[in-house]
Order: sequence, then C-alpha cells, then structure tokens
Amino acid sequence: MQTRRALAGAISALGLLASIQGAGAQSGKVTVVTSFAKDVTDPVKRAFEKAVPGVVLEVQNRNTNAGVKFLEETRAGNQVDLFWASAPDAFEVLKGKKLLQAYAPKATGIPEKVGAYPINDRDGFYFGFAASGYGIMWNERYARANRLPEPREWQDLAKPAFHDHVSIAAPSRSGTTHLTIEAILQGEGWDKGWRTIKEMAGNFRQVTERSFGVPEAVNSGQVGVGIVIDFFAFSAQASGFPVKFVYPSVSTIVPANVAIVANAPNRAGAEAFIEFLLSPAGQEVLLEPSIRRLPVNPAVYAKAPADYPNPFTDPRLGKLMPFDADLSESRTAAVDTLFDQLVTFQLDALKAVTKALHDVDAALARKDNAAARRLAGEARDLVAAMPVTAAQAASPEMRAAFAGGSTKGARQAELEQQWAAFGRERYAQARQKAEEALKLAR
Amino acid sequence: MRGATPGQVAAAALIAAFLAVFLVLPVGTVMYVAFTEKGTGAFTLVNFADFFRTELFVRSLWNSVYVSAMSVVWASALALPLAIVTTRFAFRGAALVQTLGFLPLIMPPFVGAVAMQLLFGRNGSVNLLLDEWLGFKVPFMEGLNGVIFVQSLHYFPFILINLSASLRNIDRAMEEAAQNLGSSGLRLFRRIVLPLAMPGYLAGASLVFVKVFDDLATPLLLNVKDMLAPQAYLRVTSIGIADPMGYVISVVLVVASVGAMWLSALATRGRDFSTTQRGGGGLARRQLSRGEAVLAWGAVGLILLLVLSPHLGLLLLSFATVWSFAPLPDGYTTAHYARVFGESSTYIANTLVYASLAGAIDVVLGTAIAYLVLRTRLVAREWLDWTAMAALAIPGLVLGIGYLRCFYGVQLPGGQPLATLWIMIVLALAIRRLPYALRACHAAMQQISASLEEAAENLGADKARTLRRVVVPLMTGGILAGFVTSFSTAAVELSATLMLVQSNSDAPLAYGLYVFMQSAAGRGPGAALGVIAVLLVAACTLAAHLVAERDHRRKGGSA
Repeated sequence: MQTRRALAGAISALGLLASIQGAGAQSGKVTVVTSFAKDVTDPVKRAFEKAVPGVVLEVQNRNTNAGVKFLEETRAGNQVDLFWASAPDAFEVLKGKKLLQAYAPKATGIPEKVGAYPINDRDGFYFGFAASGYGIMWNERYARANRLPEPREWQDLAKPAFHDHVSIAAPSRSGTTHLTIEAILQGEGWDKGWRTIKEMAGNFRQVTERSFGVPEAVNSGQVGVGIVIDFFAFSAQASGFPVKFVYPSVSTIVPANVAIVANAPNRAGAEAFIEFLLSPAGQEVLLEPSIRRLPVNPAVYAKAPADYPNPFTDPRLGKLMPFDADLSESRTAAVDTLFDQLVTFQLDALKAVTKALHDVDAALARKDNAAARRLAGEARDLVAAMPVTAAQAASPEMRAAFAGGSTKGARQAELEQQWAAFGRERYAQARQKAEEALKLAR
Repeated sequence: MRGATPGQVAAAALIAAFLAVFLVLPVGTVMYVAFTEKGTGAFTLVNFADFFRTELFVRSLWNSVYVSAMSVVWASALALPLAIVTTRFAFRGAALVQTLGFLPLIMPPFVGAVAMQLLFGRNGSVNLLLDEWLGFKVPFMEGLNGVIFVQSLHYFPFILINLSASLRNIDRAMEEAAQNLGSSGLRLFRRIVLPLAMPGYLAGASLVFVKVFDDLATPLLLNVKDMLAPQAYLRVTSIGIADPMGYVISVVLVVASVGAMWLSALATRGRDFSTTQRGGGGLARRQLSRGEAVLAWGAVGLILLLVLSPHLGLLLLSFATVWSFAPLPDGYTTAHYARVFGESSTYIANTLVYASLAGAIDVVLGTAIAYLVLRTRLVAREWLDWTAMAALAIPGLVLGIGYLRCFYGVQLPGGQPLATLWIMIVLALAIRRLPYALRACHAAMQQISASLEEAAENLGADKARTLRRVVVPLMTGGILAGFVTSFSTAAVELSATLMLVQSNSDAPLAYGLYVFMQSAAGRGPGAALGVIAVLLVAACTLAAHLVAERDHRRKGGSA
C-alpha cells in the first residue's frame, strides 16, 4: 500500500510540475477521457509517446455520457487535459457548459469539410480527426442460413425478408445512432423519415442500450443485420468476422472529435496530442486493422489498403446529403424520446402490426383485393402517425420540457405519457385494420 | 438482554456515521431531485404521481416483482440439492462442489453476457444444434422467462452459501433427539432440519429476491427494458440526467427492497433458531450407499453442468479465433492470453487489494450491525440494518456520481481531490457489497443462543471479551460466507468503479475488461481477462472453504 500511495503522490507531483513549467514543455502526463476502445487508444498512445518523447498518455476509458458527466462533476478541480470521442453532439454539450478550451491547430493538409460536414467546430473548440459514416452491417453466415438478400438502402430493411433480423442501438443511448436517425429525418423529411424508421423498426429484433451491443450481436451471429457506424464493421472484418457493410445513399459522414478541456493541467501536452493526431503520422495510425477509421487528411489515403473507402474521392460517399447540425441540436431530446416511446418501449406492438402487414402483402401478391389494400394502407398511415410536427419538436417549449431542473413548464414525464398513449392507441387500431385486411385478402 | 452499554452506543454511532457519510449523503445529493418540483425546486410528490400514472413504469414494477419471485423459486430448486448433498452426507469433494456451485456469482461484466448468448442465445450453440437435428429452437434467453432463467443460474449461490452455512450450524443433538422420538427421513428433514436452517435459507432467498429486483445487467443483456432497474438506469444515464424520474424509480427500488427485507425479517420474528450446544460437529453426515452415491453425483453433476455452462462458454471464447453463428469456434489460439498477460498483473493486484479490503470492511460492519440488531435494545437499531440493505437498491452509477459530488471538492494536502484516491473505490465497493455480508452474519448470529453469552458473562467476561472469544468464533462459518460473497462480487463490480477509476494504474480487472470489450478484436482478450478473474476468485473461495472445513473439524473434534 505504501508504494501505491507513493506512486500516486509521485504522479500528482509530476502533473503539478508539468503545469508549473507551462507552455512549451511537452512532457509529463497527458490525461485523456475517451469513449474509444483499447484497440483504438493503444496504437495511438504508442505512436504519440514515440513521436513526442518524455510524455505519457494516460487514458481514462468512459462511455460518452459518463465522460461528459465526469467532466461536469469534476470541473472545480479538473485533472483532465483532453476529451476524445465520436459523437459531435457530446462536444456541443461540453462546449455549451463551457467545459472546453478553444485552440487553433497548426496541422496542414486537412480540408474544411468531409462530405457536407465541416471537420472542425466553427468556434474552434473541437476538431475532427477521423470521419465516420453510418450504414448497414450484416453477418454473411446468418444471411445465408436465413436466406436474407443483401441490403442496399434503409427501405430494404423494411422488407418482409428482414422481419425479426435487424438490430439497432437506442438513439437516446448512442450518439452515433442518434446521428443515423437524424440523418434519415433530414434526408427524407420529418414525416417521411419517421415512416421509414418505423417501417424498419417493425422488423427490429432488438433495440440495444450500448452502441457496441449491435456489432457484437452481428459478429457473434445472434442477429443478422445491424445499423452501425462504419468502423465497427471494418474492424470486425479486419479481425476475421464474416461480416459485410454498405453505406445507404441517405446517410451522412460525420467527424469524430478531440478537444482540450477547460483549465487543463497540462495544456501544452494536450496541444501536442492534437497536433500529433492531425499530423500525417497520427492520421496513418487510423488505418490500422483494429481501428479502421477514415482519416481527415486526404493525402494519407495513399497508404491505405486498396478497398479502403475514401470519402474525398468515392463518388457514392461524396454526394451524401448535407447535415444540419443546428437543426439536429435543436431537437435532440425530442427525437430520442419519440424513438424510445414509440419504438423502443413498444417494440412488441409495433412488430405485431408489421408482421400482420407483411402477411397481408403476401396474400395480396397472390390475389389482389382493393378493400384489403385500402385497409392495409390505412393501417400503415396509423403506424406512421407522429404525435408532434417537426416545428413542434424543435420549439423552445419542447426543449424546456427536457431541460429538467431549473426551467418551468411541462414535465418530461407528462410528454412521455402522452406520446406513449398516442403510439399504443394507433398501433392497436392499426393491428385491427391489418387483421381485417388479412381476412379479406385470404 | 440488558440495556445498552456505552460501548454499544458508541459502536452504533460509529456505524451510523459511516453509513451516513459514505451512503446516505452521496446518494442523497443525487436523489433529492426526485422530490423537487420542476422549475421551482420546491418539495413535491408529483413525480411519484407521474410514476404511477405511467403505464410503462407500472408494468415494469409488476414485471420486476414477478421475475424476482420466480427467480427465488428456481434458484431454490438449484441450491437445495447441492446444499443438502454436501452438508448432510459424507460426500467426497464437498468443498469442490461448494466452490464450483459458487462460481456463477462471479460473472464478469459484458464478456459473461457474450458467452451466454453464444451458448443459449437464439443462434447459440444449443439452439443451432437443436435446429439442425430436431428442427426447432428453445427461447432460453427471450423475454421475462429468459431473465428468470439467467438470474436463477446467476444468483442461486446466495441461497447455496447461506443455507449450507446454516445447515452446518444445526446442533446434532436436535437431530438425535428427533430420531430418538422416532422421526427419520423426509419427516425429520421437513420438521426439524429445514425449520432450523430457515435463517440461512431466508437470508439467501431474500438476497436473491432483492438482487434480482435491483439488477439491471441481466435484463439489459437480454434487451428486456420493461423492468424497474433497467428503467432507472436508462433514465439516469440517458440525456435527461436532470430529469427526476430516474431517481423516483430508484426511490421505489429502495423502498421495495427494504420492504422485502422487512417481510423476511417478519417471517423469522418471534421464533428462536438458536441452539445451545456448539461444537457437536453439526448434523450427522450419513454414509451414502452405492446407488445413492451415483444418484447424488448424477444430480450434482447435472446441476453443475447447467450452472457452469456460461463459464465453459467463457473459456471457449477466450481460446477462440472467430466464433460466429456456429456451435463451436472456427479455431483456437492462445494469443489472447499473451495479449493480456503483460497488463493484467496490475489489474489482478488492484482487484485483490480492493475486493479483500471491501470484504473485510463488510464483515466487520456486518457482524457489528447483526450484533447490535439482535443482541441489544438500542432505539431504532433496525434502521442500521435497513439503511445498509438499501445499498442493494442504489444503482452503482448513482453512488459513483454521488461520491464525485461529495468528495471531489475535498482537497488533500497535495491538492489532489479526495475522490481520486483509490481508497474511494474500496469504500464504494464495500458499501455496495455490505448487504451480502450483513445477511450472512445476521443469519449466523440468529443461530447462536444468547445463553452462551450470558454464561460467559456470568463467568466474568465483559461484553467485548465475550464477543471476541465466544460470539465471533461461533459465527465463523457465517462470517466467512459473508466475506466470500462480498469479496467475489466486489471483484467483478463495474458500474460505480467506472465512474471512480482515475488512472490505469488504479484500475481493477472489471475495468480492464470493459476497456477490451468495446471492439471486435478485444473480444478474445476480454474473455481471457474474464477467465483470469473467475479463476482468481475461485482460488480465493476454495481457500476460504478449506479454512472453513479445517476450522469446522477442529471445533467438531472427534465427534
């Protein structure tokens, strides 16, 4: 115990020393809070410590939400230099709470945008170091055994063949999934987008509470198809798992980010880390099989394997739609809660309607029946109906309801009850209509 | 039983202060939100009205009650045969069975779940083989029944440990008296043995009930979200962290857990389970005939195979190259162990230090609380018991945030915040695992007759000496059971740890596991670390059992 205490003392003394030495001294301990797996952080740590001798990168692994919470709770005596994670919205939250420090990276060769998304925060608080796209990942063995066709677009996942074979992480739990849902809503519009999402959701096998739960289930073959961020699939492929991945045309490429925490004890070290990450040497680390993220420096792709997706040259990735981060930010809580109340917590009801509608379609394909077709259409409209409009979702009143604590107005729990009841009624009515349609069609 | 001595009052005050500082205060700073009105911060109960008006929460509440009760039933079915065979009969390898039967409690986070899915999931080994040979699948891991299945496998050791400790403590004279009066066989067991072992059984059963009620890992692993603990967790950790509903659910969890404990206390109230004679060697151990031995081994073997299958899966996973949609892995390698070998030594050392310190704190507190509750007439002494048990229902994350909030502002002389010291992880673990040790110590003390202490005091020993020389030695079995449970479950705790770990050099095994299990390439190394954790805890448990056996023989003498 004595030695441990001595060690802890020595480490804190080192940190103190580093902060006294101030700018210019790139030594001592650099502490980073990150949501990235060991397979990502280890190679970066090795390369960074080699590139900047005398510095030790201390990695604290926390999931994104816990990391944000941690910085918030410890702001009075902050010991952390950097925050390093995927979801841009987590950085927006930190920026809003004044927990980040502005900086101007000196690295060159990095364009302003990847796809339609700006790589760096316009106010200079956080910086993209890798790009990620969202798409569909599937297990080939599973697909063969269950005779699943190869999916190309989100709409494909709504087809009867995929019923009970698709998995997704809850957007309220996974920043990356939230961006996928938001991308669909922006790409297809509020009403059409929700229709697509719910039609897909009717085929969901499960809604997991961890981002990594989805690729894990697809890797081990418990679920056939997953809606995931690209590198989950690429790194699984690199580890030998029989999985494939596709970018649907309505998707978006978003940067994963790094930022300096306000009052960082080792600011010089933090700056050195960002410069390293954005340098060609740091960007090349991203190509490692266990990481497989898309570098933001286009020149680095020259060293990538032949089939590596390149968002700067790939025409399919290049024409992905623009992404409005402000719009996304304004309705984050509403979109997540709508998904939870209408899909996650009512998955059984939603699946039952969807199954009945698949059966109606199959019967209609054998023998058409106008009345049944009309009833099925009505059922689909009932399923697709939303309790709030796009304008309401982004309204200040709505945001106040989710802000909790110090703001007055409707309570989140009240809205949730209303939305859940809305969904429950519509799904029950839709199921009735679908079953009537099935009787007529048979 | 006379009035309280100053020493007892002081002990009670100390324990109350400890619980206040390290449990009530940190949790209170987070949970008070449940009672505040949105916008004004004024006191209100409207959030609780919201709870009971929300269909999802009410459904979750009933689901949780149903799953917990059914888990107790199935866990008892698994634990009873093992406990009886190993304590009532001269059964070779009793210590081994006790150790193996204990392992399910040590299910390392994440990786255990993956192993379970690979074996029992919809496309797990069992179902793939069933589908191939017989053309159907069994939904082991689906819905509420899946939760009951996994929870019974996971938590039945609580009943096994406490019931076994109780059975060992029954005075042989009771059994012999009954036999002299003509009772034998099943009747003897039903009328004499089982009632006398009731404190241990109830201690275990109530732990299973409350633990299942408050557990969020298993339902989330099976993607069952309409239960109470997952709802609280999802709310607290999702974006609306200032939202009161998560804490409202936590309060409901605490109330329900304490209520269940209170009910089980009610069941043993007013009955005397103590027996005076000690050192009789416990129940007579019957010799098994050849046929009976085969039957006993068969039953024990089957149960062990079932409850240890997750660990078997874990072992396979740790040697597997790729394991995907197949009954067995594609190939085998030792590379995963090589990868974790270098860094695991820090994790192992930290885990041992943290878990054994936490276990030690727990048995000291557990014995003290049990003594105060059962042997003194202090006012409100039960509140110590209930407060400590409430820890079971506090989500680890809430405790972690509470610790940061309360202790991060406290600066040490070096300018380092108190919350960043590794000793805080130990304290958080001790608080979270205290209920296990407490129930075991409580049950052990219920079986000791107060007349033994009175005799000691009549012979001139003071309270402290009586406690040291008479009570604690007689409780050894229970204390040990408590230590082992607290120690081993603390060794794989993650949720509070994840909030409090400040650097890799302070991290325990569970954290190392978490860091690995976030990527496809980390699955094998994660499983390897999991196997190391299980072996480590198993070795410690076996050692504890051997000590207990030796102690038991020593006290039992030649009888």
